Amino acid sequence: MSKPIIATTSLAGCFGCHMSFLDIDDRLLDLIELVEFNKSPINDIKNFTNVCDIGLIEGGCCNTENIHILKEFRKNCKILISFGECAIMGGLPAMRNDVPVRECLEEAYLSGPSTVNEERILPNDEELPMILNRVYPCHEVVKMDYHLPGCPPNADLIWDVLHALILDVNIELPYEVIKYD
Amino acid sequence: MIENKIQKILDKFNRDKTRLMDILLHIQSEIGYIPQTLIQPIADGIDLSAADVLQTISFYHFFTLKPRGKYTIYLNNSIVAYMMGREKVAKVFEEECGCKFGEVTEDGLIGLFDTACIGMSDQEPAALINGKVFTNITTFRAREIIRDMKQGRKVEEMFATTFGDGKNASPLIRTIVRNRMKRTGPVLNMSYKAGNTLLKQVAQMTPKEVINEVKLSHLRGRGGAGFPTGLKWEFCRRASGEKKFVFCNADEGEPGTFKDRVILTEKPEMLFEGMTIAGYAIGAKEGILYLRYEYMYLKKYLEDVLDRLRKNNQLGPNTANIKGFDFDIRIQFGAGAYVCGEESALIESSEGKRGEPRNRPPFPVEKGYLDYPTVVNNVETLCSVVRIIQNGGDWYRSLGTEESTGTKVLSVSGDCRYAGIYELEWGFTVSDILEMAGAENTLAVQVGGPSGALIGPDDFNRTLCYSDLATGGSFIIFNESRDILRDVVMNFTEFFIDESCGSCVPCRNIPTLLKHKLEKILQGHGTEKDITDIKEWGNMMQINRCGLGHTAANPVLTSLKNFRHLYEDKIQKTVEFDSGIDLAEAVAESCEFVDRIPKF
Amino acid sequence: MNKQIIFTIDQKECTSEAGKYIVDAARENGIYIPTLCNYKGVKPAGSCRVCTVKVNKRHLTACTTPVAEGMEIELNTTELNDLRKAVVEILFTEGNHFCPACEKSGNCELQALAYRFQIMAPRFPYQFNKRDVDASHPKILHDHNRCILCKRCIRAVKNEEGKSVFTFENRAKKVHIKLDEKLGDSLTDELAEKAMEVCPVGSILVKEKGFEIPIGERTYDKVPIGEMLITDK
Repeated sequence: MSKPIIATTSLAGCFGCHMSFLDIDDRLLDLIELVEFNKSPINDIKNFTNVCDIGLIEGGCCNTENIHILKEFRKNCKILISFGECAIMGGLPAMRNDVPVRECLEEAYLSGPSTVNEERILPNDEELPMILNRVYPCHEVVKMDYHLPGCPPNADLIWDVLHALILDVNIELPYEVIKYD
Repeated sequence: MIENKIQKILDKFNRDKTRLMDILLHIQSEIGYIPQTLIQPIADGIDLSAADVLQTISFYHFFTLKPRGKYTIYLNNSIVAYMMGREKVAKVFEEECGCKFGEVTEDGLIGLFDTACIGMSDQEPAALINGKVFTNITTFRAREIIRDMKQGRKVEEMFATTFGDGKNASPLIRTIVRNRMKRTGPVLNMSYKAGNTLLKQVAQMTPKEVINEVKLSHLRGRGGAGFPTGLKWEFCRRASGEKKFVFCNADEGEPGTFKDRVILTEKPEMLFEGMTIAGYAIGAKEGILYLRYEYMYLKKYLEDVLDRLRKNNQLGPNTANIKGFDFDIRIQFGAGAYVCGEESALIESSEGKRGEPRNRPPFPVEKGYLDYPTVVNNVETLCSVVRIIQNGGDWYRSLGTEESTGTKVLSVSGDCRYAGIYELEWGFTVSDILEMAGAENTLAVQVGGPSGALIGPDDFNRTLCYSDLATGGSFIIFNESRDILRDVVMNFTEFFIDESCGSCVPCRNIPTLLKHKLEKILQGHGTEKDITDIKEWGNMMQINRCGLGHTAANPVLTSLKNFRHLYEDKIQKTVEFDSGIDLAEAVAESCEFVDRIPKF
Repeated sequence: MNKQIIFTIDQKECTSEAGKYIVDAARENGIYIPTLCNYKGVKPAGSCRVCTVKVNKRHLTACTTPVAEGMEIELNTTELNDLRKAVVEILFTEGNHFCPACEKSGNCELQALAYRFQIMAPRFPYQFNKRDVDASHPKILHDHNRCILCKRCIRAVKNEEGKSVFTFENRAKKVHIKLDEKLGDSLTDELAEKAMEVCPVGSILVKEKGFEIPIGERTYDKVPIGEMLITDK
């Protein structure tokens, strides 16, 4: 029997959730025994080469590329998991959500106190992703199956949940592992 | 100088903080608005903090801290107004004024504002202009009105030359509002002789006998909740308190309701007589008529009626020659808040506070106005009481049905030939009423207003009574040309979003979330999940504190129940999930800023 | 002392003094009813609806309803637990609650209820309403993003004349807490501390004070809200 396949990505996130994933420490060795990795920054596979069983999404969607990748994950993963506050509710990047995007860009590229842009060049290359009017939580863009809160999610939580999904068993999560901070 | 005026107004109300509503209403009528600079002096004058005064001001629709124009037009935005052409009229107002609704013209001459149902659903589109009511406004009239304003004419001079029927034309009212009493019954018919019941009958009865007669009639509250009136009075009579109060709830804010306005115009003596009887029964010496701000045009007239009653011994010391029964009535105006029709919110408002419903227990009959035992009854209930005492509880019980006795005054409006009020015995079917009103090709009827139910032809054989279709009286008819979801349900839902007091978490949030779901469905992005969400989320409203909160999801929930196909038709059958996000729209602003053409 | 009465919560027989609010009577009997807008010693508001229970098929708030003889109270039914959870979920989507950046994290009652109810993500869409942060006061930082409009500050923080320092302003979706300008200017250190203490979330904070106890060692980091109260009894 082939091993379950996992894919991961970081959208509008800081990779902190991935760091926490690595924080499962020596259990990584167990995990490697249990699963195979497909598209993920962990192994640097850029494109899906197989249908995956589990997709882990860090970060919310702040631009069109995020949306594109998230939809691709939805297409290629049987189970999709938001992991971390940014994926669940936009997180820190979403603090811009009550400010018009025009004001954000102006502050960032033209008028901010640390901005030096005498020629007033604005990033508009065709290759760049387009910025969305606000940062969208993942489950408001595609259907997400599970959510693992935390900033970052506790490594034990990530391990417990992955382990349970891989082995297809029910789990009772201990109180300490669900935290939003 | 303004300072002096303020001090006079404060003195007029004995610097009593519970009279804050009156103080603010007086200041606003003097100055046109309540200047920020006066907040602290007002607060100091009645021993409140400025923030306390502000929290009351900011609760009510008609109080304002900024000038709203020399002429202020409040154009009704209820559903019937739209059905009768509000949109075109609003557009003319905007064009002629050069400003949008919610704004004041640059020269400060005219302010345009929306307002919820002003009790004129049988003569829409209607507006309140500087407190005066303008009905049946056409685009032609709208242009005329603005022209008159630009010429500086007085508002009362802008009326057409004729006034409305009945007392509407009397010197103290002089309004173009029409009564449209299409059908009167045992309570509102011509046979009423003001004061007879009180002077000749009640004066010979003990309070207990009065209560027993009302109990015998099986009269239930006509505001909508239907609590047995006799029982309410008995509870209040039994409650201990050195003072007791009778309130008449004339805050009829349920969109589509206007029966109280007609009763107040044509039979105010009857209402006041009913209040006096209630006062006698429960042992109160003071009655308060809580009248909605929209009916300010009746103020002088009603005060005159009260004066006359005082002269005729129907109010005042030893009322009706009953020794020691010194009963009097005052009018308490509201300032625009639907939720104040809820009895405990009405009491809070009368105490000068935000109209937030109270927690119960304690009930108002135990601890009401100023913490004294208080009875709050609807206008129609109190009028019915007069007839019950006059003709006996047995007589009243012979009217209507076994468990819904007596009559109900309906306010019929919408798509029918004969909009107006109808006093009917309980037990008529919806079809009967549609026939009476001359309604054809009826698609739906909103029974009991937005807080009631939207029903379709399958339910037209149902009867109006407490055990089937209970109603406070609003009866709005929609014919087949109407778009139920886009127009009706949306309008009602927006109404409830604006009128929540904001206290309970579900009431503050759920109606908005339902509105977004409805928009998503109307835009073609809906899925089956959205329908189940609507049902489940709407269900949360039952844990709110008050009647408004319990019913604010009803437009969506009852339309989903009775017109489910309208929802089903618009959702995507094969799609499990739709985010509803329009990508082109989502990137439009950022692309424009960086000068880039969006490409996908 | 009022007379003792007998009532039940989820069929468990309880006794208490007549007239006590259901939440308090329940606690005396070792039963925790989740609350949020309720605060010890302050007049209950019944506005958050988290403590909703069912008596005689009617929903009532346990913080405002007195117990009565023979009352049969339903508390932990699937329906009620879900309604409670939903209320907390709405609050997370109504305000802007960036827990990772909040000084109150770990001591926050809203968050603690979410932990207790094991909320992984709210079922409602995030509203991202625009709210202000007011740092103009010399003693208090007022972050309206985190305010859940429970009115605890309104009810609990009063000056020596009994006037409310905080009030509600506007209605419906526009409601927000307002600090009275004049009373705010003369706010004592003591009242400022009290305001922070009664605020269940991180909306009212006293300036130049923070992170005294590190994240991870705070009140609700290890023990769920409600558990301590019961074991302490």
